[in-house]
Amino acid sequence: MRVALFVSCFDDAMFPGTGRAAAAVLERLGHEVVYPPGQTCCGQMHWTTGYRQEAARLARAFTEVFTGADAVVAPSASCAAAVRADHPRIARAAGDPGLARAAEGLAVHEFTEFLVDVLGVADVGAVFPHRVTYQPVCRADRLLATGDRPLRLLRAVRGLDLVEMPGAGECCGFGGAFAMKNADVSVAMVADKVGHIRDTGAEFVCAADNGCLAHIGGALSRLRGGVRVLHLAEILAATRGQGVPA
Amino acid sequence: MTGAPAPKFAAAARVALADTRARRELRAAAAVFGRRRAAVPEPPDWEALRAAGHAIRDAALLGLDAHLERLERAVTQAGGTVHWAADAAQARRVVTALSRAAGADRVVLDDSLPVRELALDAALSRAGITTAGPPARGADPGGEAEDGGGAARVAVAGVDFMVAETGTLVFVEAGDEPRASGGEAETLVAVAGIETVVPEWRDMEVLLQLLPRSLTGERMTALVTCLTGVVPGDGPREVHLVLVDNGRTRVLEDEIGRDALRCIRCRACHHVCPVYERTGGAPYGPVHTGPIGAILTPQLRGVESAAAASLPYASTLCGACADVCPVRIDIPEVLVHLRGEVVESRRARPVPPPELVLMRGLAWTMGEPRRYEAALRRGTRWARLAARGGRIRRLPGLLGAWTDARDLPAPPAEPFRAWWARRRR
Repeated sequence: MRVALFVSCFDDAMFPGTGRAAAAVLERLGHEVVYPPGQTCCGQMHWTTGYRQEAARLARAFTEVFTGADAVVAPSASCAAAVRADHPRIARAAGDPGLARAAEGLAVHEFTEFLVDVLGVADVGAVFPHRVTYQPVCRADRLLATGDRPLRLLRAVRGLDLVEMPGAGECCGFGGAFAMKNADVSVAMVADKVGHIRDTGAEFVCAADNGCLAHIGGALSRLRGGVRVLHLAEILAATRGQGVPA
Repeated sequence: MTGAPAPKFAAAARVALADTRARRELRAAAAVFGRRRAAVPEPPDWEALRAAGHAIRDAALLGLDAHLERLERAVTQAGGTVHWAADAAQARRVVTALSRAAGADRVVLDDSLPVRELALDAALSRAGITTAGPPARGADPGGEAEDGGGAARVAVAGVDFMVAETGTLVFVEAGDEPRASGGEAETLVAVAGIETVVPEWRDMEVLLQLLPRSLTGERMTALVTCLTGVVPGDGPREVHLVLVDNGRTRVLEDEIGRDALRCIRCRACHHVCPVYERTGGAPYGPVHTGPIGAILTPQLRGVESAAAASLPYASTLCGACADVCPVRIDIPEVLVHLRGEVVESRRARPVPPPELVLMRGLAWTMGEPRRYEAALRRGTRWARLAARGGRIRRLPGLLGAWTDARDLPAPPAEPFRAWWARRRR
């Protein structure tokens, strides 16, 4: 299968290892990965912060780049949800039926959803001999009905000791602009999250989105928490010969 | 209204977060709700009930004018009197006049949402009428003598539902907040938001099944009082119903925002909200609190004030509220919609807010790949200079709120797209 990879602007700049890992997993499974040139940002942050016109501009640019792809795969759950659930809403708010049609015509998948549902794989041949806990991505999981797909993939990783996080279902407090606009509440939330993560005794906390992970990881780093954050794709990309990414 | 403008949510939340006792109690309350809900098995038809509740409330709002006229006829026929109030001031005048006409210098007033919305306590006090809360359920009514002397002639109570078909007023009590709907008073003044009407008596069958599980996490609601007009020898001799608009018809005009009026005031969204669990109700303002308050207040009051405009942003959009809402209000999507209304209302300002300038600039940059790539190169270089030991500990301007308590990793020298281009060469 020919897969068009969408790497979010945030991942492009801050966490390029996630895009590299997603490409590696898909290629290992025998699929061709293309990175459509001209891609920038899906407009999620603009839309969820209330900037409709700006979001529409970015949604149009996104749709132009990806129209015609067999499958678009995003290793950023919140961006996948933004493209699939929000772009039609952005189009409606902008009164742009052409954009609505184009947006609804795109086959966009979140990375774990693509592996499990479209490719029908749970075991991607990964080896990761570490204790790991998992944090869901609240809004995206709700909009995409992600369910236990990430957990099924993690359970099939060789050597991986998966521990359930108490209160995993509660939001970490990121929420995009919320982390800045309501920084105090956001920090109060991540303080509890960090406590739960530490209770698991895990070395790594993973998620399918680097937004949540930057927030959790930022708090862990400031507190010298002794737990690392790692995108789920980077765990799935790890093999016997290739250890933990730096 | 006088005095200093209400603070924005974030400022009020900062104060609330420091209240250690409140934090502990809120956390315990959320845990109790969760434990109770887990202990009582979900009814097998729960999702069907939620769908029915959604449909009933939508039907009520869709034909609101017809339902209210039918309600007025039914209440009148049953011996009650209906008063219409376009806004809070008019409602206060009606309640005050009714209390005076009944010859009361003291009224029993409950602490329900409609009573708080209209600030009736202060209004009656200004009119020289003393107010007292209703006695706690199970308390000896004689004990009332201590704080005011005997049963009051007038009771003012907030209504939870009104049935258009029968003219019945329904009062729901969770136990700790008694309603002034008891039969001791000679005159009952019931105040209700116009959106609380339901078309048929049988609609209550669905709503009263949805409520207890959502209100307290229990199988049954402590007390439900139904009152239809005046019955000689039983209950109040006079029943007045004050129907309050106070911004609701304006909310109804908004196709997305009006979903908020489906609310049946159960507080399930409060119990599961991670923000409310830490801030409590105060930062949301004096009337509507929690996630539902964050979508109701800005619509009822408008988003001109900074305080009201900050409410749609008091959420991570995690969606825990939408998952429990018994009438399936998609609170996160209404929040996003209202954020859009806030931004639109500020676009025309002579001096654009800094955030608008930033977001416009970002969209302009990101809207075109070459501009984006140039900004990416510049940003990466700058951020790597700001980092020490691989992490950024202080960011300037609007981003400083991030680094007050969280690090940001230094961006790697090679963005994904640069790596891809190098790899394909």
